[in-house]
Amino acid sequence: MNALISTALSGVVLMFVGLFVRNKQHIKFFAIAAIIIAFIANLAQYPSVEHGGYVMYGMIEVTKFGVLFNAVALGATLLYFLLSGSEFEKVGEHVADYFTLVFFILAGISLAATFSNLLMLFLAIEIMSIPQYILAGADKKSLKGNEASLKYFLMGSFSTGILLMGITLIYGAAGTFDIAGLGLGTESVHPLALCGIILIVFALSFKVSAAPFHFWTPDVYDGSPTVFTSFMSTIVKAGAFVAFLRMFHGSFAGGTISEHWTLILSIITAVTLVIGNFSAVFQQSVKRMLAYSSIAQAGFMLFAVVAMNDMGTQGIVLYAAAYSIATIGVFGVLMKLKDYTFEGFNGLARKQPLLAAATAVFLFSLAGIPVTAGFFAKYFVLSAAIQHGHLLWLVILAVLCAAISVYYYFRVIIAMYFRTGEPEVENISGGFKAALILAVALVLVLGLFPNLLLCWL
Amino acid sequence: MLTVLLILIPFIAGLIAFGLKGSGPKVLGMISSLATVVLAIGAWCRFRTAPDSLNLVANWIPQLGSQFRVGLDGMGVMLCLLTAIASLLVFITIYSRDYEKPGAFYGLMLLSQAGLTGVFTAFDALQFYIFWELALIPVYFLCSLWGGEKRIAVTFKFFVYTFLGSLLMMVGIIYLYFQTADHSFSWSSFSSIHLNPDDQKWLFWLFFVAFAIKMPIFPFHTWQPDTYEQSPTPVTMILSGVMVKMGLFGVIRWLLPVIPQGAAMWSDVAIVLCVIGIIYASCIAMVQNDLKRLIAYSSIAHIGLMCAAIFANNEQSLQGVLIQMFNHGINIIGLWIIVEVIQQRLGVKNMDQMGGMARKAPRMAIFLVIISLANIGLPLTNGFIGEFLMFSGLFQYNHWFMAFAGLGIILAAVYTLGMIQKVIFGESNDLTDTTTDLQPGETLALSLVVIMIIVLGVYPKPMLDLVSSTSEVVNKLF
Repeated sequence: MNALISTALSGVVLMFVGLFVRNKQHIKFFAIAAIIIAFIANLAQYPSVEHGGYVMYGMIEVTKFGVLFNAVALGATLLYFLLSGSEFEKVGEHVADYFTLVFFILAGISLAATFSNLLMLFLAIEIMSIPQYILAGADKKSLKGNEASLKYFLMGSFSTGILLMGITLIYGAAGTFDIAGLGLGTESVHPLALCGIILIVFALSFKVSAAPFHFWTPDVYDGSPTVFTSFMSTIVKAGAFVAFLRMFHGSFAGGTISEHWTLILSIITAVTLVIGNFSAVFQQSVKRMLAYSSIAQAGFMLFAVVAMNDMGTQGIVLYAAAYSIATIGVFGVLMKLKDYTFEGFNGLARKQPLLAAATAVFLFSLAGIPVTAGFFAKYFVLSAAIQHGHLLWLVILAVLCAAISVYYYFRVIIAMYFRTGEPEVENISGGFKAALILAVALVLVLGLFPNLLLCWL
Repeated sequence: MLTVLLILIPFIAGLIAFGLKGSGPKVLGMISSLATVVLAIGAWCRFRTAPDSLNLVANWIPQLGSQFRVGLDGMGVMLCLLTAIASLLVFITIYSRDYEKPGAFYGLMLLSQAGLTGVFTAFDALQFYIFWELALIPVYFLCSLWGGEKRIAVTFKFFVYTFLGSLLMMVGIIYLYFQTADHSFSWSSFSSIHLNPDDQKWLFWLFFVAFAIKMPIFPFHTWQPDTYEQSPTPVTMILSGVMVKMGLFGVIRWLLPVIPQGAAMWSDVAIVLCVIGIIYASCIAMVQNDLKRLIAYSSIAHIGLMCAAIFANNEQSLQGVLIQMFNHGINIIGLWIIVEVIQQRLGVKNMDQMGGMARKAPRMAIFLVIISLANIGLPLTNGFIGEFLMFSGLFQYNHWFMAFAGLGIILAAVYTLGMIQKVIFGESNDLTDTTTDLQPGETLALSLVVIMIIVLGVYPKPMLDLVSSTSEVVNKLF
């Protein structure tokens, strides 16, 4: 609740700050201060929800999980601002507006982590999506950016429409919007509800870019300004996952109803893993590779939704943190390079040892190698699936895909360490280095002691 | 505490080495490996008097039921000793060499030592898995940075192969974790699970593939000759001397006690794979012209025999495997030291271009002959006792398996003696005329190897006593 209010307010305030403050550096400091305030405000709510949730007119229910997830999202955004905040001004003139939009997206995410009503779900998804359409086209002179924005807008609004239809059908079957009181799982399932659930699965799969609803992802992520791709493919995606998880655990779990959608969702998971990983292998640009890798990682996060147990809930928090930090870090380094192809990384270790070492740690984390956060993230989601009992085939498929993912992540490491070249690197400020070291430390600490995060749950 | 120090010393020394320049890393590596050898011998003494004092449990991730649980049994002491001795021998051999970026080189070597010791001391499945992976990363960088010209592709294949295997093992570990009564990763919980035979049937493969890739067993061996050939020789020593033992260790510690019925069900299949590997690798070794590849294939054959003996399911063969793990490590490191010497002098690996080196380098020739004979298991060398026990165990299990595996011994004699002949005897040529004999560091390392070969060949009892506790325990559970 605090997170929702503080981020929404910060967004509005920043919009006005943009009118009066001309210095772009100052705007960035305002944004960083605002995110820190939001982070603290969110944590301040933790004691009040420790014993049972905080309910607001049946619309919002703030639980420990919601607070913790918001903390992860806000913390990751803080890291994102520290690493890439200065890239905002390279996109265009309206720096304050970009920050404003990011804060509005965050408001959507905090709503997605706490909604308890189908209408709020719809609102959360919309608040998250609309600013993204604008951010994707923020660079007005770039043709690719315009294409990305239009594509994202058309397909995104289409899928939101499907979500709305699904919600309507479920309302028709259950007679209520309250996710806890839908009561669909007890006896035989109403055909309307079944159609509704399937439509919601499709719409949310689109939002998390799960195959076969992923076609927008590579083009949008590639066409958008890199600094916004970094945000959209990490924190926003994690937010959509939380909506997914809350929706399906809250109202469609247990009883006969879960049998109907777990099969569909596990097939979606399998297809996502295969398509994401295999397509990433063939990319020549690191930015596009990361776009496909985000599809592949979405496949892993879907495990948490399919498995429907506590392990999965813990897994999604850890996965969101691990994946966001690592990907934001890789994007942060990528933006300092002139050439986004794999060759652009050649010889980076010799020229910028710190950047190369940090990137290597991030990529290790994405590949799921121990002592990085990514290992425990994968561990938790796979455990969740194994605990579920009937998903072993999916788990085996997933580890085969994980082995493939090593191929494309390590291509970057090979380029940085084992090939020679003269990468063109922009000037690296001390602040950037400090933020990078902070991110690496977070990855390693979470990789050794995941309970530091999970003990709050 | 002693056990933790065995991991911590190389780990911290490795981290420090990254920051050192000039000859600093060399000296540090030497000090650290000497210290670990002393500690490992200390652990051996402690193991005879108070074995429980070597175990340590500390909280790590209580929510997951995983603890930092290290300990040493007979096999652990032996393998830690092997790891420590191996890195000491490597560091002595390369003391006079200069590597590009010495800080990183020695740092990674020491980190891999820490990872290996971690694998051998872990009594918690999750911790075992983590060390298992960690031991791989430094080796990956070592091979890719300092290896031969095809190093990048070759080591990448090696990495992906082993990573795939370990991921399958992780699935198995998680599955077993949910079967344990107290939801714990500890070895004692794992080995007291009562699994139904149907589960054991497929769980076996999740673990076995991971271990088989590491050893490697036919048909999972294709990464190995290329990697051994392309890696810098010091890394090959660690790879073939110690790292392949991880696979055997994994089978003995984590497969047989945990999935006994699965292992019994599939033991014939596993042994057949091993025997095919022995004969196949020996045949290839006979026609190899490349010295490094020859030793690589001979290693596949030897490891195949050890793996077959593990599955032969009796105490004698298991004891043979355990003692052979140590002796094979020592012998193969000795062989690699000589390869390193030859390669450094001549700059070639092709045996056609060698010959007549005995005249120019008599000391090296003597060492090569002794180590080669130990490698084929001649009586009074250390290789004999282990092979004898393994064959006798295999014989009790099935005569035919023993007969085919025994072919490997004959073939080993063929290719090893052929190698000696081509390398040190015969006509010398322009290239080998320029050879010089061993330098003091190399002599020291090889002398240590030969002393161990002869002492353990004549009097293997201390080593047998050390490992007998493990073979008894595992055999009872199996």
